[in-house]
Amino acid sequence: MLEFINQNIQLLYLVILMIFVGIELIGHVPSVLHTPLMSGANAIHGVVIIGSIIVMGQATELPALILGFFAVILGTLNVVGGFVVTDRMLEMFKKKK
Amino acid sequence: MQEHILQIVYLIASITFIVGLKFLGNPATARRGNLIAAFGMGMAIFGTIFLFTTKEGNHLGNLGFIFVALIIGTIIGWMVAKKVKMTAMPEMVSLFNGMGGACAMLISVIEFQHLAHMGNSSLAPENITGHMLAIMLGLIIGSVSFAGSMVAWGKLSGNVKDKSFGKQQFINIGLLLVILVLGYMVVFGGSANAVTLFYFVLALSLLYGVLFVLPIGGADMPVVISLLNSFTGVAAACGGFLYDNKVMMVGGILVGSAGTLLTIVMCKAMNRSLINVLIGNFGGGSTNAAATSENFAGSVKEINASDAAILMRYAKKVIIVPGYGLAVAQAQHVVHDLELLLEAEGVEVKYAIHPVAGRMPGHMNVLLAESNVSYDKLVEMDEINPEFKSTDVVLVVGANDVVNPAAKSDPNSPIFGMPILEVEEATNVIVNKRSMKAGYAGIENELFYKPKTSMLFGDAKKALTQLVAEIKALG
Repeated sequence: MLEFINQNIQLLYLVILMIFVGIELIGHVPSVLHTPLMSGANAIHGVVIIGSIIVMGQATELPALILGFFAVILGTLNVVGGFVVTDRMLEMFKKKK
Repeated sequence: MQEHILQIVYLIASITFIVGLKFLGNPATARRGNLIAAFGMGMAIFGTIFLFTTKEGNHLGNLGFIFVALIIGTIIGWMVAKKVKMTAMPEMVSLFNGMGGACAMLISVIEFQHLAHMGNSSLAPENITGHMLAIMLGLIIGSVSFAGSMVAWGKLSGNVKDKSFGKQQFINIGLLLVILVLGYMVVFGGSANAVTLFYFVLALSLLYGVLFVLPIGGADMPVVISLLNSFTGVAAACGGFLYDNKVMMVGGILVGSAGTLLTIVMCKAMNRSLINVLIGNFGGGSTNAAATSENFAGSVKEINASDAAILMRYAKKVIIVPGYGLAVAQAQHVVHDLELLLEAEGVEVKYAIHPVAGRMPGHMNVLLAESNVSYDKLVEMDEINPEFKSTDVVLVVGANDVVNPAAKSDPNSPIFGMPILEVEEATNVIVNKRSMKAGYAGIENELFYKPKTSMLFGDAKKALTQLVAEIKALG
C-alpha cells in the first residue's frame, strides 16, 4: 500500500490539484451557463478516446480489434457530438442587435 | 524524441481544457472556451496517433482502422448534434455522455483480456495490482455511467417511464456492495475464476446503472445527467492511470470534480440536497398534497384569448414566465412575436427566468435565444422578483412548480423552501396550461385558484398564436 502510493505520488498530486482546479473553475458561474458548461465538460471527458486509440493501435487479436474499433467510434461520438452540441447552444447566446 | 514531443502536446492540451472550462463559465467567452478545448482535444488525438510509442519503442498499428472509426464517429456525431432540436439538447448531452462511458468500459474489457492472456509475465506484481485496480474502476464507473445515461436519455425523450418498486433503495445498495466485493476479489484475490467474475461485475454494473436512474423522477434528470457526467470523467481518469497518460488524467479529473460541484450547485438552485434527489422521490408526497386541494378558497376562472389580448394590449408592463410547456409546444418563436407586438404598442415586456425553468438550468435561455429574444430581456429570478409588484399582467406559459406559492407558505409541501417567482404580487396573472393537471412535482398549485388569476387553457403554441392574432385584431 505504502509502496503503491509512493510509486504513484506524482499522479496523486496531479489528481488532488485537478480536483481543486475543477472546483475553482465552476465556483461562480451564472445558472444560465450551467447547461452549456455541463455539455462542454461532457465533451472534455471524451479524452477517454486517447485510451481507446492506444488500445486499438496495439491490438493484434480479432476480438480486441473489434472492441477497440467500437471504442474509438464511441469515443469520437462523445468528443465530436459533445463539442458540436455545446457550440450550437452557445451560438444562441450571441448578443442580438 | 517523438515521445517527448507527445508529452508537450499533452501538456498544451491539458492547458486548453482548463482554460476552455474557465472561459465556458462566462457568457462573453463561453463559445471561444469551447473551441479552445476542442482544438486541444484534436491535438491530443492526432498527437497520440502519430507520436505515441510503446515501451518497446513501436508506433501504433492499425492506423487504417483507427481512421475509419474516427471518420464514422465524426460523421455520425456531427450529423446528430447538428440535426437535434434545441428542446432535445439535454437528452443529447446524456446520450453523448453514455458513449464516453461505454468507451471507458470497452477499454477496460480489452485491457483485462490482454492481462489475462499475457499472464503475469511482463509486469511486476505490484504494478499488476495497480493496473487491475484502474481497469476495474474504469469498468464499474464506465458501465454504470453508460447504462444510467441511456436510461436518462430514454426518460427525457419520453420513451422510458419512471419506475420504482418497494425496497428498491435497499436492492440498489446491496447490488453496489456485491459489485464492490466481486471487484475486490478480481483485483486482489488472484482467484482462478477472475475472468468469469470480471464479466459478472460488468453485467451487474450495467444493471446497477439502470436501477440507479430508473426510479428518479424526470424533473431531476438534469441533476442525474450532471452526476453521470462526472462519473464518466472519473472513468476517463482511470484510463489515464492505466496508461500513465497525463492528459487523460487532467481531462477526466477536471470533469469529475467540476461535474460534481455543478451537480451540487444545480441541486441548490432547486433547494434540495443531492441525497434527496437520488433517494427521496416526490411521488410519495403527491397524494397528500392532492387531498388538500379541496381546501383552496375560490374557484378556477377561465379567460378566453380575446379578453387576455385586451388585458395585455392595454397593460403598461407585462412579464412572461416561460416553462417547460413552452419548450414542449415549441412556442418560443410565437412568444417572441407576442413580445415584439406588445412592444410595438408601447408595452414593456420582460421574461422572468427561474433557475430551473425548462428541464435544465439555462435551458430556457437557450431556447428563447434561438428565437432571437434579446439576451438582456431575460431576467433572472432574484432581479425580477421585486418587479412583479409594479407589473400589470404576468403571463405564465407552461410553468407550474416554479410559480407555486406553496413553496413559501406551506411547510408541508414537498417543494417548500424552493425559491419561486413571486408572480402573485402582480395585478393580473394569466396562466396558460393545457389542463388543470399538476406540474412535474405532482402537486396542486394554489395560484390557479386565486381571484386575480385567470386560466387560458390550451397548447402553448396554439394559445399564443391565437393571442397574437387577437392583439393584431385590436389594431
